[in-house]
Amino acid sequence: MSVQAWTFLLVGLSFALYIGIAVWSRARSTGDFYVAGGDVNPVMNGMATAADWMSAASFISMAGIISFIGYDGSVYLMGWTGGYVLLALLLAPYLRKFGKFTVPDFVGDRYYSRTARVVAVICAIFVSFTYVAGQMRGVGIVFSQFLGVDIDMGVVIGMVVVFIYAVLGGMKGITYTQVAQYCVLIFAYMVPAIFISLLMTGNIVPQLGFGSKLADGSGEYLLHALDNLNQQFGFAAYTDGTKSTVDVFFITAALMVGTAGLPHVIVRFYTVPKVSAARVSAGYALLFIALLYTTAPAVAAFARTNLLKSIADKPYTEAPGWYKSWEDIGLITFDDKNGDGVINYVGNKQANELTIDRDIMVLANPQIAGLPPWVIALVAAGGLAAALSTAAGLLLVISTSFAHDLMKKSFRPQTTEKEELLFARIAAGAAVLIAGYFGINPPDFVAAVVAFAFGLAASSFFPAIILGIFSKKTTREGAVTGMIVGIAFTASYIIYFKFINPSMNSADHWWFGISPEGIGTLGMLINFALTITISKFTAEPPQDVQELVEHIRLPGEKTAMIS
Amino acid sequence: MKEGKSRAYWRKNLTYLSVLLTIWFLVSYVCSIIFVEPLNQIQFAGFKLGFWLAQQGSIYVFVALIFIYVFLMNRLDGEYHLDEEDHP
Repeated sequence: MSVQAWTFLLVGLSFALYIGIAVWSRARSTGDFYVAGGDVNPVMNGMATAADWMSAASFISMAGIISFIGYDGSVYLMGWTGGYVLLALLLAPYLRKFGKFTVPDFVGDRYYSRTARVVAVICAIFVSFTYVAGQMRGVGIVFSQFLGVDIDMGVVIGMVVVFIYAVLGGMKGITYTQVAQYCVLIFAYMVPAIFISLLMTGNIVPQLGFGSKLADGSGEYLLHALDNLNQQFGFAAYTDGTKSTVDVFFITAALMVGTAGLPHVIVRFYTVPKVSAARVSAGYALLFIALLYTTAPAVAAFARTNLLKSIADKPYTEAPGWYKSWEDIGLITFDDKNGDGVINYVGNKQANELTIDRDIMVLANPQIAGLPPWVIALVAAGGLAAALSTAAGLLLVISTSFAHDLMKKSFRPQTTEKEELLFARIAAGAAVLIAGYFGINPPDFVAAVVAFAFGLAASSFFPAIILGIFSKKTTREGAVTGMIVGIAFTASYIIYFKFINPSMNSADHWWFGISPEGIGTLGMLINFALTITISKFTAEPPQDVQELVEHIRLPGEKTAMIS
Repeated sequence: MKEGKSRAYWRKNLTYLSVLLTIWFLVSYVCSIIFVEPLNQIQFAGFKLGFWLAQQGSIYVFVALIFIYVFLMNRLDGEYHLDEEDHP
């Protein structure tokens, strides 16, 4: 069977499974729609959170990025896992005890203010939309590369599938499809990684193979050989990196805190039955995520070694078959500047003749290593599972924000449950259409902005939630000012360097050497400082709010009921 | 629950949090970022220690920290009779 036939088969089977699950777990109430009835098993919720969290970026792009930047790639590895420690220790148990539906629910009640709620809703919608557009694009790209379907057609197919299970099933449908999607994506990631580890180092565990000797009989350690190869072609040593320590520190912090502040992740912890379940569920989520995140750096190092060995400094006419097939669709480009017919892939930008799209490192890896067609097809199904699961989680946040936070809680309190459920479904449908539109006509800024969603989440939600739980005296005035200034500061810094004046975007002009990727950390510190200071000079929160804070700190005392 | 008792529970929780978050900070920011170069002088198997911590070790520690917190808090909830029914 050909790669394409295998891909149609595996992708078709996985889609049938997702839709089957959605029909079986239809939502019947707003509780089902928003938080899956609040009785999801913690291990299942861990898997669903992992799938929700790991997007096309984790599955397709991350190993590729690390492969090109070596040690510097650690910012993503630590940043996107370390945030779960904050989530499990500082947020999830208390928000579960609070026990309503959304992040703006908490912000609105804790800060006794409709303004605070509306500010939080706007931040949530903004963060989620920037994120979801990237996912739909990812779906389109996988379709076009593996199934020969047009990118736009791919996006439409993705929209239809997400529409069916997000609109019908709500959180309940999404949760159980995400469990299935996690299984598909982790299997699809591990199989090629294990094959390649075996081929290159003879070790079946990629995490260990990464630190083993090469299987080519040279007796050299893989990472050592890779450092040498990198330097031989004029790149920085793989295990050293080039970013400044300050910048690595700030980017890692922004990604960690941003992870803990992302609404589609937080809301998953409302779906478990009790506080202790929320804690352990965060543990399972990180365990399932860590499986992929500890494999990714190994895949990155294998891919880099393979790439340098098989094409750098080789005559163009002798390039391997996979090289030509990716060159045909424009993801590898070769420009023979000195006309010697040799692929000069070197660190020096002027002399370098080869440009490689970072996304192909994971997608092309099975081909580069010469693995069987079904493994290549599996990677396509896995990439789709990763993109669809994240898109669905984000769409749910958008629809909940609209139907629950804006309509029911802010502007139209007389909404009945039945109407609210209808609004939520309409909003989910509309959000699918808008996300699909952005997937087909991606504005240039989308790709650039996705990475910044973390900075925005870090500088807006995180301080408001943490102080709301850990400091009873934090006031409405403090929190609202902190959120607005934090997100406005972060957004302006990013917009200035990325869009208004990109030529200034270099370490010489950044404040304290912090890049736009890391500025969310500074925004968060400003937010904390402002909120704390202003709270000292404004009237204390009312008594019932202070009691609410006491109440969410103690797990066993009358857990608030899900309606 | 009595005021004094719930305060004691909360203080204990804060102690656990500060110890675990200190470890979290040391492993990721201190060892894997600030002092990565000196630690890279230490080799084990094919890894430089600093690099391994940044790309593997810190992630294992993060997972362990959460499960340790779960264990400590479940024990604490039991001591203070704050554990919940299965169906609240």
